[in-house]
Amino acid sequence: MNGTKQQNDIVLSIKDLTVHYEVDGEVVEAVNNLSLDLREGKVLGLVGETGAGKTTTALSILNLIPFPPGKIKSGEILLNGKNILAMNIAELERVRGKDVAMIFQDPMTSLNPVLTVVDQVMESILIHETSSKVEARERAIQMLETVGIAAERADEYPHQFSGGMKQRVVIAIALACNSRLLLADEPTTALDVTIQAQVLDLMLKLKEQFNTSMIFITHDLGVVAQVCDEVAVMYAGRIVERGTLEDVFNHTKHPYTEGLFNSLPSIEDRTARLRPIPGLMPDPTQLPLGCTFAPRCSYATEACINTRQTEIGFSESHFALCSRYAEKNFVIDRKEID
Amino acid sequence: MQFASSIIRNDNMHKYILRRVLLLIPIILGVSLLVFVMTDSAEGNVLQLIGDDYTPQQMAELMHEYGYDRSVLYRYGNYMKGLVRGNLGKSFIYKRPVLELYLQRLPATLKLAGASILVAIVLSIPLGIKAARSHGTLIDNGSMVLALLGLSMPNYWLGLMLAVLFSQKLHWFPSGGNLAGWKSLVLPAITLGTGLMATMTRTTRSSMLDVIRQDYLRTARAKGVPEKVVIRKHGLRNALIPIITIIGTELGKALGGAVVTENVFSYPGVGRLIIEAVNQRDTITVTGCLIMTAVLVAVIQLFVDILYAVVDPRLRAQYTTGRRKRGKKQQITTQGAVV
Repeated sequence: MNGTKQQNDIVLSIKDLTVHYEVDGEVVEAVNNLSLDLREGKVLGLVGETGAGKTTTALSILNLIPFPPGKIKSGEILLNGKNILAMNIAELERVRGKDVAMIFQDPMTSLNPVLTVVDQVMESILIHETSSKVEARERAIQMLETVGIAAERADEYPHQFSGGMKQRVVIAIALACNSRLLLADEPTTALDVTIQAQVLDLMLKLKEQFNTSMIFITHDLGVVAQVCDEVAVMYAGRIVERGTLEDVFNHTKHPYTEGLFNSLPSIEDRTARLRPIPGLMPDPTQLPLGCTFAPRCSYATEACINTRQTEIGFSESHFALCSRYAEKNFVIDRKEID
Repeated sequence: MQFASSIIRNDNMHKYILRRVLLLIPIILGVSLLVFVMTDSAEGNVLQLIGDDYTPQQMAELMHEYGYDRSVLYRYGNYMKGLVRGNLGKSFIYKRPVLELYLQRLPATLKLAGASILVAIVLSIPLGIKAARSHGTLIDNGSMVLALLGLSMPNYWLGLMLAVLFSQKLHWFPSGGNLAGWKSLVLPAITLGTGLMATMTRTTRSSMLDVIRQDYLRTARAKGVPEKVVIRKHGLRNALIPIITIIGTELGKALGGAVVTENVFSYPGVGRLIIEAVNQRDTITVTGCLIMTAVLVAVIQLFVDILYAVVDPRLRAQYTTGRRKRGKKQQITTQGAVV
């Protein structure tokens, strides 16, 4: 019974997604066998360092991987039960901006410099919801006001706005059609901290208002704690740990997640040195056979380097991609918090 | 269009245009001095060329009448006196006012320039976009080879080949003159338009290649904007600035008279008038025509600059703040002078 109920309110389900970029005969394995589910009204934080494949995952959901060089090799992306990857271009254009919308990372380059901001916001309304220009414009101005841009400024151009205001415009564009799923790709990274807090508040308010599901891409664990219900940690194209916010933050399992937390400054002990994870992410054109994190992992054994990792479950919601948990007494240093 | 006129009605834009029109005065002065001195220092004048028909007595009178017994500066001063009254002088050869000769030939040149530019725009912009969108494929490489070919063919050769094929062999179009209506425009327009098309295709392609990689096209696609609209509305408009620049420069060149093309087809335009005048040492006609051409080119450039502002709001902002910047610059220079 419970199973079918959960099935129905699943907005997005990614199964076994693999995306490669093929450049000059080399294959960049950007995303490997990625699976995740997202339920209605939930916010999933997708965490990881630059190049982990977060943005590629989000673009795959819109089927907007630039081809060439990008190519979705395998997998299934079910949005409201329909497979995005099997759609033709006309079907995709109906879904994009309507059922799923994206907030892009860099507000400086994501807006068209020769169109007024209201034009850019009303464009998706005109495509998906109404053919009346007057009505679309009215709704676009309303949306701009919702994100904190005065109606008088609607007819201005992007270069007349500051960075934070541009990010608001980018958000207004994504929210224009009240999509059920919102992909937010580091929506606050380009902003300074005070504006960041405002934008996050705004997004959460809008989420409540429209019951939107959200994938929130970030490398900022503080932001994750503030807005997310669930967390997936990505490393070198794979999800290495996923679970509820509490699972991942308080019962951390994967050594990489532990490393991320260790590299945060501590508020209690201000003199403590940061402990960054040593080494660099592996070259995505030559991923190791075994665990991709093993070369940097202080717990790694011979077996970690040479054999494929299997996902180990700790509860119904909490999983980590680390074979060492097959050993009975394996624990990492980070203490569990109850 | 309403949009364009509202931009021009903008107060600052008014001032900008007025400033640019006033700028025509030094341009005309400079060009006329340059052209006058250059044509004057060329060997032999018109009187020596037609000298056989005159007695030494008449010759001396004519020399005096045209000022050839005085210095260049005197003649230039005299010429300028006429110019401020709108008088470009009288042709030695045709015995008619230069302005009249020029205006008589201008419509033919306008037609030729217009036709070739129009054909070039209609063909090269879609081709350039197509090439950019299929970057690195056969279509892209093929059109770039064609463009290179178009650029490397000299107009006199292309014109002759077209005349041989379509006029001598096929008898489709006349090989010269402008007596056959639009038909006599076809071959010269193709000759002139080929190079234009090549340049514009290459410009469109490189400009589009630049724009196609921009994030805002991805934003548009993510909104569900159909691909055609993404390219036309979001892409092309951003790629337009370099294309407008090229159209402006090429239009200016063509209006100055496509000298080679007009001569190959004995097409009675301004270019041919200038060549005829040069051959007969009719310096005053040459000078007049070149000054008129310079004015025309300057006016076209003004239109191009206004078009920039219509297409790109960021440039519009520059015009409206331009005056303040100038003021600042002057302040700095006066301060410098005081120190």
